[in-house]
Amino acid sequence: MSSEAVLDTGTQEAIDIDRSKGDFSYPESHKFDAGVGLSPATVDYICDVKNDPDWVREFRHKALKTFESKPMPTHWATKDLENIDFDVIRYYLSDGTKPTRSWDEVPDDIKETFERLGIPQQERAFLAGVEAQYDSEAAYSNVKEELEKDGVIFVNSTEGLKEHEEIFRPWFGKVIPTGDNKFSALNSAVFSGGSFIYVPKGLKVRHPLQAYFRINSENFGQFERTLIICDEGSELTYMEGCTAPKFETTTLHSAVVELVAMKDAKLQYITVQNWSSNVFNLVTKRGIAHENAEVRWIDCNIGSRLTMKYPGVVMKGRKARGEVISIALANSGQHQDTGAKMIHAADETTSNVVSKSISVGEGRSTYRGQVHIPKHLKGCRNNTECDALLINSSSRTDTYPAITVRGNQHATQHEASVSQVSAEMLFYMQQRGLSEGAAMSLAVNGFVNDLVREFPMEYSVELKRLIELEMEGSVG
Amino acid sequence: MSLVVKDLHAAIDGTEILKGLSLEVPKGEVHAIMGPNGSGKSTLSKVLAGHDDYEVTGGSVTMDGADLLELEIDERSRAGLFLAFQYPAEVPGVTMANFIRAARQARMPEGEELEAVSYYKDLYAKMDQLGIDRKFTARAVNEGFSGGEKKRNEVLQMMMLDPVYGIMDETDSGLDIDALKVVADGVNSMRSPGRGFLVITHYQRLLDYIEPDHVHVLADGQIVRSGGKDLALELEARGYDFLKEEVVVAG
Repeated sequence: MSSEAVLDTGTQEAIDIDRSKGDFSYPESHKFDAGVGLSPATVDYICDVKNDPDWVREFRHKALKTFESKPMPTHWATKDLENIDFDVIRYYLSDGTKPTRSWDEVPDDIKETFERLGIPQQERAFLAGVEAQYDSEAAYSNVKEELEKDGVIFVNSTEGLKEHEEIFRPWFGKVIPTGDNKFSALNSAVFSGGSFIYVPKGLKVRHPLQAYFRINSENFGQFERTLIICDEGSELTYMEGCTAPKFETTTLHSAVVELVAMKDAKLQYITVQNWSSNVFNLVTKRGIAHENAEVRWIDCNIGSRLTMKYPGVVMKGRKARGEVISIALANSGQHQDTGAKMIHAADETTSNVVSKSISVGEGRSTYRGQVHIPKHLKGCRNNTECDALLINSSSRTDTYPAITVRGNQHATQHEASVSQVSAEMLFYMQQRGLSEGAAMSLAVNGFVNDLVREFPMEYSVELKRLIELEMEGSVG
Repeated sequence: MSLVVKDLHAAIDGTEILKGLSLEVPKGEVHAIMGPNGSGKSTLSKVLAGHDDYEVTGGSVTMDGADLLELEIDERSRAGLFLAFQYPAEVPGVTMANFIRAARQARMPEGEELEAVSYYKDLYAKMDQLGIDRKFTARAVNEGFSGGEKKRNEVLQMMMLDPVYGIMDETDSGLDIDALKVVADGVNSMRSPGRGFLVITHYQRLLDYIEPDHVHVLADGQIVRSGGKDLALELEARGYDFLKEEVVVAG
């Protein structure tokens, strides 16, 4: 089979993605279960099971204290956060499966889960490496020999901190300190899973690395921890996609993702998130860009009960660049509270934020953007565009831009718009034979089209399909 | 077989605009509707297409025997009714090629996919005929188009969707003479025994290029006079005012 034929099959399966496939779970037999609630004993249990080194145990315990001391950020964020009951959450579950290298070694029921999720078998041929997270341990991870030969490290975070401490430890918790916010502290106390990637100097990784995440246990919070380091002059694209089964009680997902782009490096992190609508998704994502380096966050948030996510870039070296491109879609019962943080910390740094949100039914989307340019710098530039589309009269959007620019040698630009799909546009499209739903769907896809193009092919096809599914029932 | 409008009454926000309009456009013929501003020309085209703002308060419209008023906007389109808009809407982010493709796809039976290669071949051939640069396939629908470009694209869409009845709503407005010729040539090339046209215009000029079989004069929501193409010339020469006098005399 030619590689082209394989790609076609993969794309076809992506188009035919079936949303209902996210709504199932299998009976689980967890070898390790930390029980419900959070205490120093929970942290110790996790350390024991994972055989954490002492420095990690200490790190976790300190983080737990920080978590307990910090109030919920409800003075600025939604009161819905108060509905999270930390005492009923399970902070660690694992079936004891060690990360496996070959597909044959993956247990059958886990394979079946991936099958039903519609992850195409053929796609693996295209991925430089796949790490699929089943519950909190990596059930399957595969880094192509080619990459290993080049010196790329692509492992889960547990393996990263044990086997590659000399690279891992200097950056771990440095981009996002434990006390950055209540949820970064929570993650730091109980993290498991997630990826550690190191790309050596000058290496341009041609294929995107990819991970699939999935929550599979009721009341089980997933706290993955990802650290990616691109050494000088290297390039990497990482893709993260999520689907989750529906459960009757709330599920907490609180990840921490730290990116480091050394001098002249380019690091791109792509997320397509499609959580079921009972998930609290409270994620802290930040990157550091050194001299002439570039960090790009490309982010699509669909689903969840509440998502709070403001990917950030700290531009630490001269001529560093930061970019956040995000699409958010909030349907009824959902609140997408997303945005970007651009911290300029060196001369001639450039940041760009383009955010588009769609609110459907009683859905609510909020944009929060922080741009910080201090007085002592010169030649910094920021461009921010945020556009909101409201589908129904009950849909809601809010924008909270916080731009602090001191000094007079900088250029910043901020544009915001709120629009609706006009009745005349719908009439026009319907007159050409499109049903009202199809017309609405096409209009919404048009609204985000320029951003969807930023996603890799298979994601953009899936994204368009997801948007169409979300638009079903929004009219008529 | 024809498009038959009988004693049509329609209102917007409680104000009656069409007041008993009757008209029959058989397949194979081109009928022109002329009338002064405010006579109800655009209302007629929107009511026929099914715009929600207008309430049909009386009368009937049938298309080849089927009750048009029973159908939704998109169903009317798929049944073969096309409206070339006076002011076509912009659809940001949706390319011309994808838009027309979606409209064509909507006409396919469930489960059948439009064949991309022959679609593009067809699209390019028709764009060439209308003198539309092929780059327009990648442009967002009507976004940043000049008046003339918009009208050409309306005709392009009509050609691609191959309707049974085409309504041209003030297609000549905003067109210079060269664009007018191109648009008219496009419409003329579509004239056939299996297709009818209703050409709505304020000015006689368009009818020099699209020669109508019949001309109707619309005033105050009714057809007040019908005739051959000479009627258009007479209107051009004497203006609409002489009709008003006749209506008064007749009343």
